[in-house]
Amino acid sequence: MLSVENLSVSYGKITALHGVDFHIDAGEIVTIIGANGAGKSTTLRAISRMVPVSKDTKMTYMGKNLLDYPADKVVSQLGISHVPEGRRLFGNLTVMENLKLATFARKDTENIGRDLERVFSIFTRLKERSGQKAGTLSGGEQQMLAIGRAFMSGRKVMLLDEPSMGLAPLLMMDVFKALKDINEEGTAILLVEQNARLALQFAQRGYVLETGNLVLAGDSKKLLEDPEVKKAYLGG
Amino acid sequence: MGGVLLQNLVNALQWGSFYALIALGYSMVYSILMLFNFAHGDIFMVGAYIGFGVATGLIALAKMGTIMMPNWLILVLTLIITMFLTSFVGMLVERIGYRPLRDAPRASAAITGLMIGIILETGNLALLGAQRVSFPPLIVSHTYELGGVFVTNKKIMIVFVSIAFMLALHVFVTRSKWGMAMRAMAVDYVVVPLMGVSINNIARMTFAIGSALAAVAGILFGVAYPVLDPYMGIMFGWKAFVAAILGGRGSIMGATLAGFLLGFIEIFVAMIFPSTLRDLIAYSIVLLILVFRPHGFFGEPYSARLRL
Repeated sequence: MLSVENLSVSYGKITALHGVDFHIDAGEIVTIIGANGAGKSTTLRAISRMVPVSKDTKMTYMGKNLLDYPADKVVSQLGISHVPEGRRLFGNLTVMENLKLATFARKDTENIGRDLERVFSIFTRLKERSGQKAGTLSGGEQQMLAIGRAFMSGRKVMLLDEPSMGLAPLLMMDVFKALKDINEEGTAILLVEQNARLALQFAQRGYVLETGNLVLAGDSKKLLEDPEVKKAYLGG
Repeated sequence: MGGVLLQNLVNALQWGSFYALIALGYSMVYSILMLFNFAHGDIFMVGAYIGFGVATGLIALAKMGTIMMPNWLILVLTLIITMFLTSFVGMLVERIGYRPLRDAPRASAAITGLMIGIILETGNLALLGAQRVSFPPLIVSHTYELGGVFVTNKKIMIVFVSIAFMLALHVFVTRSKWGMAMRAMAVDYVVVPLMGVSINNIARMTFAIGSALAAVAGILFGVAYPVLDPYMGIMFGWKAFVAAILGGRGSIMGATLAGFLLGFIEIFVAMIFPSTLRDLIAYSIVLLILVFRPHGFFGEPYSARLRL
């Protein structure tokens, strides 16, 4: 469904990604694990068209050339949403405004109310806080809102950048349970995580990214058993 | 004494309206793009001149007798058409001057504004010549006496129209989805596209609205002080810029209030001191205010904005 070939990204003289290939099929949960600075966030930003890619990069989604779409159209026309690293909520806007802003360019206005209800049924706490400024939410609630916002903006594919970051284990389980629900309703998920164990348990397939190169790929159960992965990412 | 004070209060309200209307444009652009459009004072000038052209054209049309237009209707039409046309000038400035430089060093974007300002001033000079033009009198001045205070119908109109536009802007920014996108851009413009919102469109719209408000100021200024010249926007632009900073960078409420405050300070200083000393004393006071409130009235102590 989403296919990336030879993805290269440079920031000035530093090359962050050296020709990476991967794909996501419909309804799948795929994860990219790797150390800090391996290029995980850059990969997601490249798909979202937030960073320029080198000219021999090929990215297609449902047969469409992703490079023909600017960042806002990737979301509004292709339905690829992105939960950025560090959540990046609009703290001066209310919870409700954050969710509504995500529907800015949606044509199917008749479904917005229904989707909003769905977000509030997945994350009941957001409903209680809907009139509150997003900046006043707790870390867990902020992550819920960031996911809810992505859900509202488009959800053929959801790109998630470190959703576990800064969350207590119990809250983290809540968030991943919610992501599973969203996935079961048909949203494909590309998850980027430093918490490799969590990510591999959650995903069906995984890729291992090392300093801008994909070094391993496969079924996530197999990756969990892989001695190299165990040694490098799962603490032995 | 009370009468004189009240009299000057009315004058200050009118004078402050011009500053406030122009300051809003500076403030809106700053809040979403973190840069000051230094050409904005000249957009005010362009607005006044477009208003002059539109009003002159409409009066000529009315004189030909083909369309019956009372003067108030000409003024309303002039306002609407001029806002529309000036907003295009603003969008053009954004497209040519600012969009290509969005990721350039801030200093480059700052001189862009200065250059565009010079181009607009000298372009006007080249087009219309050095002769000053006179804004056609569309309102016959009436003076009313209310308890010792003399107010003209023009002053009342100017203050009310200005405040109406400021309120309309406030409603737009706080209630509409475009206003919501502007507020979102003010905190973190990098992730705004992830909401499906085109930042180019929001930037274009912001320049358009700011320019339309400057056009309103230009026309109202023309109604009050009919002589226009190509450099009229410079001093006004700088002072409105002062208001925008004094209000707190990026704060719409702050820019409005500071615009009026500047009007008050100038008028009341002129009430006490010789008018040649007006700006010397008025802006020393403003400087003093800024020393004690370096972030302005509604500004944040430091920018908490995130960047990619």
